[in-house]
Amino acid sequence: MATRQTQSLATIMRAPAIILLMIWMVVPLAMTLYFSFLNYNLLNPANTSWAGFFNYRYFYTDPAFFESIWNTLVLVLGVLLITIIGGIAIALLIDQPMFGQGIVRILVISPFFVMPPVAALVWKNMIMNPSYGVFADIAHFFGVAPVDWFAQYPLFSIIVIVAWQWLPFATLILLTSLQSLDGEQKEAAEMDGAGVVSRFIYLTLPHMARAITVVILIQTIFLLGVYAEILVTTNGGPGYASTNLVFLIYRAARLNFDIGGGAAGGIIAVVLANFVAIFLMRAVGKNLD
Amino acid sequence: MMRFANALLCASALSMLGTAALAETLTIATVNNGDMIRMQALTDDFTAKHPDIELNWVTLEENILRERVTTDIATQGGQYDVMTIGTYEVPIWAKQGWLLPLDNLGDDYDVADIIPAIAGGLSYEGKLYAAPFYGESSFVMYRTDLMEKAGLTMPDAPTWDFIADAARKMTDRENGINGICLRGKAGWGENMAFLTALSNAFGARWFDMDWKPQFDQPAWKNTLQSYVDLMNEAGPTGASSNGFNENLALFQQGKCGMWIDATVAASFVSNPADSTVADKVGYALAPDTGLGKRGNWLWAWSLAVPAGTKNADAAQTFVSWATSKAYLELVASKEGWANVPPGTRTSLYENPEYAKVPFAKMTLDSINAADPTKPTVDEVPYVGVQFVAIPEFQGLGTTVGQLFSAALAGQMSVDDALAQAQSVATREMTRAGYIK
Amino acid sequence: MARAVTTRTKAINTAVAWTLALVIFFPILYTIITSLKTESEAIAGFDLIPSFTIESYIAVQTQNDYFKPFMNSVILAVGSTILALIVAIPAAWAMAFSPTKRTKDILMWMLSTKMMPAVAVLVPIYLIFLRTGLMDTRIGLTVMLMLINLPIVIWMLYTYFREIPGEILEAARMDGASLWNEIVYILTPMAVPGIASTMLLNIILAWNESFWTIQLTTTNAAPLTAFIASFSSPQGLFWAKLSAASTLAIAPILIMGWFSQKQLVRGLTFGAVK
Repeated sequence: MATRQTQSLATIMRAPAIILLMIWMVVPLAMTLYFSFLNYNLLNPANTSWAGFFNYRYFYTDPAFFESIWNTLVLVLGVLLITIIGGIAIALLIDQPMFGQGIVRILVISPFFVMPPVAALVWKNMIMNPSYGVFADIAHFFGVAPVDWFAQYPLFSIIVIVAWQWLPFATLILLTSLQSLDGEQKEAAEMDGAGVVSRFIYLTLPHMARAITVVILIQTIFLLGVYAEILVTTNGGPGYASTNLVFLIYRAARLNFDIGGGAAGGIIAVVLANFVAIFLMRAVGKNLD
Repeated sequence: MMRFANALLCASALSMLGTAALAETLTIATVNNGDMIRMQALTDDFTAKHPDIELNWVTLEENILRERVTTDIATQGGQYDVMTIGTYEVPIWAKQGWLLPLDNLGDDYDVADIIPAIAGGLSYEGKLYAAPFYGESSFVMYRTDLMEKAGLTMPDAPTWDFIADAARKMTDRENGINGICLRGKAGWGENMAFLTALSNAFGARWFDMDWKPQFDQPAWKNTLQSYVDLMNEAGPTGASSNGFNENLALFQQGKCGMWIDATVAASFVSNPADSTVADKVGYALAPDTGLGKRGNWLWAWSLAVPAGTKNADAAQTFVSWATSKAYLELVASKEGWANVPPGTRTSLYENPEYAKVPFAKMTLDSINAADPTKPTVDEVPYVGVQFVAIPEFQGLGTTVGQLFSAALAGQMSVDDALAQAQSVATREMTRAGYIK
Repeated sequence: MARAVTTRTKAINTAVAWTLALVIFFPILYTIITSLKTESEAIAGFDLIPSFTIESYIAVQTQNDYFKPFMNSVILAVGSTILALIVAIPAAWAMAFSPTKRTKDILMWMLSTKMMPAVAVLVPIYLIFLRTGLMDTRIGLTVMLMLINLPIVIWMLYTYFREIPGEILEAARMDGASLWNEIVYILTPMAVPGIASTMLLNIILAWNESFWTIQLTTTNAAPLTAFIASFSSPQGLFWAKLSAASTLAIAPILIMGWFSQKQLVRGLTFGAVK
């Protein structure tokens, strides 16, 4: 079908993006890989020496290492679950006829416009604080003791904040998909006497499968890198309850200025992230065909 | 394209040369604390005296600033001519030769006037490497009305037992009053600043002379146990995520009987515009346990000149202006004595006008009660009161802070937290080559 | 064609949707409200009615001029988006319409370039920026943001382009349309809505990028993320000021979203394509 001419043109059209991303990937990766084999502390450069695999061993024997991987997964899955279920629900709702649809839509997608550190500050201080946050005021209103969110449910609190930031993205993509659903198809299904639930399960959901896949893939990439929200709210505590992999790397690379250790952590994170990616592609990739 | 852009840049650079002949531009990195923002607003005074020097400000939040300037100085980035750094950085950076010694501050600068405890923290091998812009210690702020209600009188120099007893008596949870508010949020500059300082009063130390971590010693157990017990009985909910700001808000809203924190907090809690308890605050020294050391810290935000700068002379001129006696008077004349950056010069505390500021004397006494070179009861191999001035401390301090905040939140026993702290500290110190 | 919707259903929909929207929007609304309070009101507990003072805005503006970082944010966000589109449109087009066996692998690989945690590669990148003189320049940061978001842009465009029915293309090819004509006259008009919404999303991502934009700038290229970082303080309660600064940083993009709402929605609706 495709002629040789189009094929070669397509190659040329792909080339700039591939070359740019290749450079962007290879150069930092090579430098990071090199650093990861060095004893190299930025604050003590005179003591730089070859470390072999020591940095890797040191990183994965960290007492917080396995908990941090677990936390990373919980964070990613928790946020995905909330944003996808919430996103579908909101998309279905917004798709209904109503007054002021445009304003509702802009209100719903606006959290996406807030910079992550600001979102974390606002949630921590004004919403979730157990003494003077809005949630505490609501609890007092109902006469119950306010919840100490960041001490009792640190990871869950962070999931809520991050999910709030990403809900608009999921909603937007899912809404797009929903609106592209053929009206006639819907009506035909209705005529056949399909109920609301079965219409949703057999018609709407399969139609949205690709959109859901896109949401999962793109959000996962961003969610694996979350750390600003943790830094502002709990600093990874109490204990290691809200420490994720990137926070561990942050601690090595940016607090200790241990470039070797941070680089080793970065390489470990890339390897693990690629595992997740391969798994994801197996699980949901067929939706992209 | 690139060449065109370069040509354009050259052209604009040339035209700038034409207008402002030979003006030197200083890029100054600073934290966004109130005193620094005031300094920024007073820039005109400096440029009037030195029309050949232009100032470019980079104001950032403390943690971001620290990351930013540390990366820059360690990579010889040369992005800044003057950096605002703390007592933690100065000894480490000076040792690496990254800072210029401040030996050209002018004849009327009077280096000897700098409070000795502060100057000690900013010197390395006898040379001053940073000039203090403001200095702080920590002390007890308490509600005079609640103290009276509890039938107690706060001494100027309380013991920890008195503080603990008073906190329990002042607590009135029905009315939302917590006897004491203390830092609990994990972090080397958050809960560990308070706890390390407090541990000094209990005779604890981070490391012995062989750099062996000391969390398995009874002194640390006493420190952490009494802190956790007291906070459980008399502290606010959510204490394990409270830092300076959270406690400040609680205190200003009248929800704390006592608060032990930075001396600069005094100007916030006593300001009627922000604080509901402004006229009911008393001050006392941080507590001791009779071992000869008090649980207060010492910190100075200071101006330093990185070795890589091309404008070393202009930079020193600026540092000299910002930390001079004349600058203190300038602030006093514009904003009143209460807003003068505190804690740097002895002469300020000899000034009768400044003595009228209610927390002035207690601030000076607190600063003088701390000694960064001999922070605790036993001998230690490091410098620093509420920190250990080694590059590994930020990460290690934060990890230990996470464990201690888990102990406070009740998710871990005090013994477990200490045992784990001992093991991570041993691990880190072995790796860094301190423990042979 | 459309079902008749009763006013009652519509009213219920409206009530539910508005409640939900306001709950989601509340943290932002509360930030805006707080920005209009005095500092002492801001920490005094829950109160939806501010004293409508603009003192925080004045304080913010005196402390740190808003205009320069605002311009930098605009230049960086728009510039990096345009650059990304220039590179991404041909690539996404090729992948969507001339897929090879490896297309999906290439796409996955592109996404995986985003998996290296930024904190781990800061020092290498910092050194590169220093040595090449890109430190604190808008050009350097624009390229940086472009590279960061390029995989996402390609992905979004690819999925949009995939929705364009192949039959139309085949019909055009039968008619002997050249590849060039195919792109210019058939694909582009169909793809414009998708490109527009990708662009908007990318501008938002670039606007909010708050790691590299702070770490690689000092004064010349510092955008609004750095502006915000000069107001959040671990020592000192300046919530009204922080709220004012946040409102100022969010406002332009929120207003942009508001005005481009129609285009955004049209771009997100594939009905036009089908």
